[in-house]
Order: sequence, then structure tokens, then C-alpha cells
Amino acid sequence: MSARMIADKTVKYILFASAIISIIIVLAIGFFIFRESIEAWTELGVGEILFRTVWRPGQDQYGILAMIVGSVSVTFGAILLGVPLALGCAIFLADIAPSAVQSVVRPAVQLLAGIPSVVYGLFGMVILVPLVRKINVPGNSGYGLLAASIVLAVMILPTIASVAEDAIRAVPENYRHGSLALGATKWQTITKVVLPAGKSGIIAGVILGVGRALGETMAMIMVIGNSVIVPKPLSGNPLTFFLSQARTLTGNIAVEINYATGVHESALFATGVVLFGLIMIVNASARSIIRGQKFIEKAN
Amino acid sequence: MNNSKLETINYSLYYGNYRALKEINIKIPENKVTALIGPSGCGKSTFLRSFNRMNDLIAGVRTEGKVLIDGEDILKTDPVALRQNVGMVFQKPNPFPKSIFDNVAYGPRVTGLKDRQKLEEIVEQSLRSAALWDEVKDNLGKSGLDLSGGQQQRLCIARALAVEPTVILMDEPAASLDPIATLKIEDLIHELSVNYTIVIVTHNMQQAGRVSDYTAFFYTDETRTGQLVEFDETKTIFTNPHDRRTEDYITGRFG
Repeated sequence: MSARMIADKTVKYILFASAIISIIIVLAIGFFIFRESIEAWTELGVGEILFRTVWRPGQDQYGILAMIVGSVSVTFGAILLGVPLALGCAIFLADIAPSAVQSVVRPAVQLLAGIPSVVYGLFGMVILVPLVRKINVPGNSGYGLLAASIVLAVMILPTIASVAEDAIRAVPENYRHGSLALGATKWQTITKVVLPAGKSGIIAGVILGVGRALGETMAMIMVIGNSVIVPKPLSGNPLTFFLSQARTLTGNIAVEINYATGVHESALFATGVVLFGLIMIVNASARSIIRGQKFIEKAN
Repeated sequence: MNNSKLETINYSLYYGNYRALKEINIKIPENKVTALIGPSGCGKSTFLRSFNRMNDLIAGVRTEGKVLIDGEDILKTDPVALRQNVGMVFQKPNPFPKSIFDNVAYGPRVTGLKDRQKLEEIVEQSLRSAALWDEVKDNLGKSGLDLSGGQQQRLCIARALAVEPTVILMDEPAASLDPIATLKIEDLIHELSVNYTIVIVTHNMQQAGRVSDYTAFFYTDETRTGQLVEFDETKTIFTNPHDRRTEDYITGRFG
């Protein structure tokens, strides 16, 4: 075998090893988190952890339902605020903005992805929380779901916008021409042809955003208030739900892990397992949708 | 010659500084089929798109002279309204990824029609006119993309008819179809010419001979600027052309 062939083979094995190593790392993380959580699952029972809302480490009560509701609520709020904004950005960049404008706006949107989480948290604490506090409802501290949802909406914006932009660009130009030639306006063409045709890619972008939102930690700790309560409206107005404080799954781990021991520590790992599972489901569904979209494009 | 439906007067078109069409004067008669023929790159498709202002969508396009529809300057019309009057069928069939029904109902819906019964009538009528009704009437909910290429193109024709245009522009509508599907499209063009003014771009000389009443021959020289060489009844163009270049092209000496 020539030296060139040997080099070729060697490179192949090195690349293969790198791929294997990253898989091993994911499996190892999953394995160790799960192993550390076994104590909590067996001592307390799955139901006690997943379906109880009381988290009192001092009394060995480790229900994480409040944190599940907290994470889901703030993610829901972020999607509610962030998706229209991100979709607007994506449509603007893909179909409306002239290329000179695109070359300014696109990097600016992408820059949002590069801002450290803790900086978002600072912005939230110093600017948003005092603003939210001005809403005159008894018990409103400013910290809570609203401020956290706004911060999170901005944080997931670049993810959703860039995936959605790609999806919109992937819609064949001849659909647009077909629509315009039938006397549709540009806006009708976008809403009735382009967005439906790019739907699965856009949904995949939203789901990736959900995954990102569920995993966000630092900024959430800084603005959501971290009270272990199931969020509920502060007054008769159901909208005041979003003024309620909450704690996320991620925040629960980060706030307490430094001093936790024994079952308490294990229960935090159990929180991690739940989070890991949620995010895996979310990402897997995004991937399967993206794969479906590619398949459709090929069929055309 | 009958009344002219479409007319251009000293019409030139530029992409930036490059002149793609030079001073074209033509009068396209009403309710006849007019074929635009000529070698590749002679600007016949660009010229076709001038009649429904689809060239407006391309950045850097500039025009001189006039394009008239029913004697009216199309630059003074609203492009959205113009395109409802001047339908278009593209080279590659481009049904939307929607049901057959929704494809045909698309045009009427964007103009604001919501009445389901009226939409159903229009869809049936348009599919019948496009000779597709019998093949799809039991499957109107099926995706337009599931049809064969020839059926897709007839769906696109039905979709264009549903807006009730008076002119239909066709840009090599059979270029991507097999011979049998092509024949069906050609028969359809014949039938439609009773009620519509049809302008068709084609590379296929026999097709121009079979389907058209009038033929315009476009030509380009080394400047790559398209110009209209000759326009006449199709039989005159094919049997007794006046211009040497037309004759050379028709007889297959180039192109």
C-alpha cells in the first residue's frame, strides 16, 4: 500500500473517530445525569417528582411540576411574542428587502444570537423589570413571566428568523410568478402561496426556538423571580398571569446545585433528566419536519 | 386583419445598459393565436412578458415606446388588474402545492370571491374549458402536484381561465411535455382561440404551424438585441416569407 493510500485511510479513521467521540459525549452526559438522578426517582417515586408542585428541600419534598409549568409558560410567552417578530424579519429579508438593506439587517439580526445570555439578563433586570413594575397590579414585582418572555423572545428571534428565511427562500420562484400572474398582490402571494409552501420549514424553525427557550438559564434566573410557585393570575384579570413570578427547570438546577447534597442533589439531576427529555423530543420533531420538507422539495 | 387587441409602438426594453428588444412594432389581432418564433436569446419570451408587466419584477428593467391593450397604455394600468385581464401559462407547469380545486379557485379568491357555490361553478367551468374536468372531477381535493406533467399544464391553463382574462400568454407551454400531452395542449389552444387572444412563444416550428393564425419572427444578430423581422399570417410566413432571414430560419438553415 502506498503512503498516499495510508494517509487517506488514516484521515478517514480520524474523522470517523471524531464523529464517534461526539456521540459518546452525548450518551455519557445522558448516562451520568440519569445515574445521579436514580436515587431521587427510587426514593421519592416518579409521581412524587413529576406531579407534585411542592419543592421544599428542607422537608424532603421535591415536586417539580411548578418548574415544568414555569418553563412551559415562559416558553409559550416567548413564542407568542417572538414568532410574529421573527416571521416578519424572515419575510422581510427573503422577499421584500432590496439586497443592500438585507446586507445590513441580516447581520444585525444574527448579532442577537451572539450576545451572551447574562447580558440579556442584565438588560432585563435594569430596563424591562422596572418597566413591568409600573403595571399597577398588587403583588407585581416586575420580576416574572412577562419580563422573562420578552427577553426570551428576543433571544430566540435569530434562530427562528434564519431558519424561516431559508424556508421562505426555498419556495420555488415559479410559485411566486404563478401567483402574481393571476393578479394576486405581493402580500397575497406571500400569505397564500409562499408561507403555506414553506410551512414545514417555518414550523421547524419555531420548534428549534422552543428548544432554545426551554434550555435558557442565566437570563431566566435574572428576570423571572425564581419563586417556586405554579404561576397564576395576580388579580381577576387572566392576563396578570404573566406578571406572576415563576421558576424554570434550568433555573432550579443552577440556583440550588451549589449547596445541594443527597436526595436534594439527586432531585436536581432528575430535573435535568426531565429537561433533557423535553429538549430531545422538541429537537427530534424539528429534525423530522425538516427532513419532510427536504423530501417535498425533491419530489418537485 | 381584425381588430388589434395588443399593440406595441417603437417598444424597446433594456436590462440595465443592455438592450434586449429594439423598436418593436406589432399589432396582435383579437381572438386569434399569434406565435412568436425565433432563435434562442432573441427576446421573444421577454417580449411576451411585456404584455402582463412581469418584466416589472426584474430589477433594472427599463422600457421605451408603448404597449397598448385595447388601445390603452399598459403602463397606465394597475399591474394587478392588468394581470387579471392578461393571463399567463409558464414553460414549466407551476401548480401551487394545493388541491386542484384551490389551484383553480386561487385567482377568483384573491379578487375577493368567497361564495362557495360560485367558486364551484367557476372551477368546474374552467376545468372543462381546459379539457381537464373529466380526468379530475372525482379528485378535486387531490394535490395539483400529483397530476402528470400534461395535466399540470392544463391545470395551470384552467387556473388562468378562472380569472376570466381576455388574453392568454403562453411561454413554451409544451416544452416540458411528451408528444401526446403536447398534442392535447395544442388542441386546447385551438379551442380557446374562439374566445381568447392567445400569444404563444414556441421553439417548435411545427407547433407554430399547427396552432397559430399569425406568426411573428424575432431575430437577433451579434449585438444580441432582439428585433421583429417579420409578422404575417402563419401560412404566409411558412410558405412565402418576405425576409431572407425568416426563410433561412423556417427551412432550418440556422436556429
